[in-house]
Amino acid sequence: MLLEVDELCVNYGRIEAIRNISFTVREGEVVTLIGANGAGKTTTMKTVSGLRPVRQGTVRFQGEDITSMPAHERPVLGIAQSPEGRGCFVGMTVIENLDMGAYARPDRKSPRINEDRDRVFGLFPRLAERRSQVAGTMSGGEQQMLAIGRALMANPKLLLLDEPSMGLAPKLIQQIFDIITEINEQGTTVLLVEQNAAQALKRAHRAYILETGEIVREGTGDELANDPAVKASYLGGDV
Amino acid sequence: MSTVSTTLHRVGDRFRSLPRPAKLALAVLAVLLVYLLPIINPPLITTTDSDFGAVLFSCAMYALVAIGLNIVIGYAGLLDLGYIGFFAVGAFTVGVLGSQHGKLPLLLCIPAAMAVTMVSGVLLGAPTLRVRGDYLAIVTLGFGEIIRLVLVNTNWLGASRGISNIPSPPSIDLFGVPHLVWNGAVASIDLGNETRFLQFSVTDSIPFYWLTLTIVLVVLFLDWLMQNSRVGRAWEATREDEDAAELMGVPTFRFKLLAFATGAAIGGLSGALFATKQAFINPDNFTIIYSVLFVAMVVVGGQGNRWGVVLAAALLTWAPEKFRFLSDARFLLFGMALMALAIFRPQGLLPPRRTVRAKQADEETEVLEEGVAHA
Repeated sequence: MLLEVDELCVNYGRIEAIRNISFTVREGEVVTLIGANGAGKTTTMKTVSGLRPVRQGTVRFQGEDITSMPAHERPVLGIAQSPEGRGCFVGMTVIENLDMGAYARPDRKSPRINEDRDRVFGLFPRLAERRSQVAGTMSGGEQQMLAIGRALMANPKLLLLDEPSMGLAPKLIQQIFDIITEINEQGTTVLLVEQNAAQALKRAHRAYILETGEIVREGTGDELANDPAVKASYLGGDV
Repeated sequence: MSTVSTTLHRVGDRFRSLPRPAKLALAVLAVLLVYLLPIINPPLITTTDSDFGAVLFSCAMYALVAIGLNIVIGYAGLLDLGYIGFFAVGAFTVGVLGSQHGKLPLLLCIPAAMAVTMVSGVLLGAPTLRVRGDYLAIVTLGFGEIIRLVLVNTNWLGASRGISNIPSPPSIDLFGVPHLVWNGAVASIDLGNETRFLQFSVTDSIPFYWLTLTIVLVVLFLDWLMQNSRVGRAWEATREDEDAAELMGVPTFRFKLLAFATGAAIGGLSGALFATKQAFINPDNFTIIYSVLFVAMVVVGGQGNRWGVVLAAALLTWAPEKFRFLSDARFLLFGMALMALAIFRPQGLLPPRRTVRAKQADEETEVLEEGVAHA
């Protein structure tokens, strides 16, 4: 078991954002958390990456309890996140952003970094073309690619993707999801938070549905995609 | 205005593209010229209504302040409105150790002053750097005032009388350098007016200027080293997106604290130089208006560009002295100039290259988007 989240509760002040949720991610999987706005998806993601303190419950990574580990120590363990809203360093170039992704790596001076950069450029040829462009001047889709590429530069065991399809054109969404599948096939485990349930369920091995801070259903991607209730609420009854 | 900055950037580019020996020769020449400014007394630049050497000392001292504050504001993105507090702590550490309660030589007082300000920076930063944005500005604003009020009310620190007889740096009197006097465009050597190299005294500010300028150059070099290291990259990432930086494995709190402490130490160093040059300090030297002036230097210069903030610090110190004959009207003009700058050139005189690049590209995309809208 790569990631185990057990009876997690997170509060914003007195408001309960997440109540007693438990889920797991096994090595090699793509697992998705889907849900509407405000269901607690991003909050869950932030507790896994360490940006959000936990009120109750545990987060374990490879068996180790990391519930109260600060966010900046988690990349070293192998957790990397592409945050919601991309979070590119807008004043830095593409290359500098990618180098920031490898900031915490102990082997950051070895030639492996160049290999990983080439891998990112292989996945996103667009980034290679724009390698010395300042990130703030790129389109939303390119910034999303950069955010994912930057997270990959940490050479993570677990890649956290928070709404990678947000604000992108349909064609680009398709492309981003294809790349997520490709990343997974290359051996990286992916935890994906999405509002685009159709795509997420199609790509995921397993899925959890979050509603108002609680997990209401779980199953394989196919099961949930063909479930009438899920279809009605998340897939517009048509996929 | 923007032509000023593009010209300056172009000068920088041309300089960088020169062959190495030529670059070195030009740099040495420029530095030498800056050292000799108070000796040459160039017409137009020299201040007729106040001692030019003293004005240059202030320029160099405030340049040092601006370099320090630029680390805090420009690199780490932390708005510090109480920087005068660190300047005061540095000055008073020298006063206490060198005069009021001890007779330590100045060369020991200065590192002590830096250490004490660094500690005060950590003490202030540790609880406050966890808050973000405006809160930090408010807390630091309070800090600056607290320091001043403590100084006014503590007898041990001389209270409102202040501290006098602050020691000077050790003098080594080697030779005299006669000044130039200008008659129109003709320069002649004024044998009756010379500066002893290197004698620190209240009557001649020029040796203090040389000392401070040397320290400025050393600190500029260290600043360059820091900015181009992993530390500089971490500051930049933290400034741009704190959460994202944290996700990259940057311990943002520790780096903010480091910026704060480094900035504080440089502020303390400039305060220490101020104290030894004046030989006498009192709390009135450390009012809140200076904190605002320091921030103005960094903003006018272009946050994040060390040459910009040095230029702005020198300009904002020199201009009120140069136009002393306008008496109080110069403050009105000064304020209006700052306002004009804020309106027409909010990014500062010499913004970092990055900001320039980003802005250009921004304008380009805007034009493109407008084109799409019209189509």
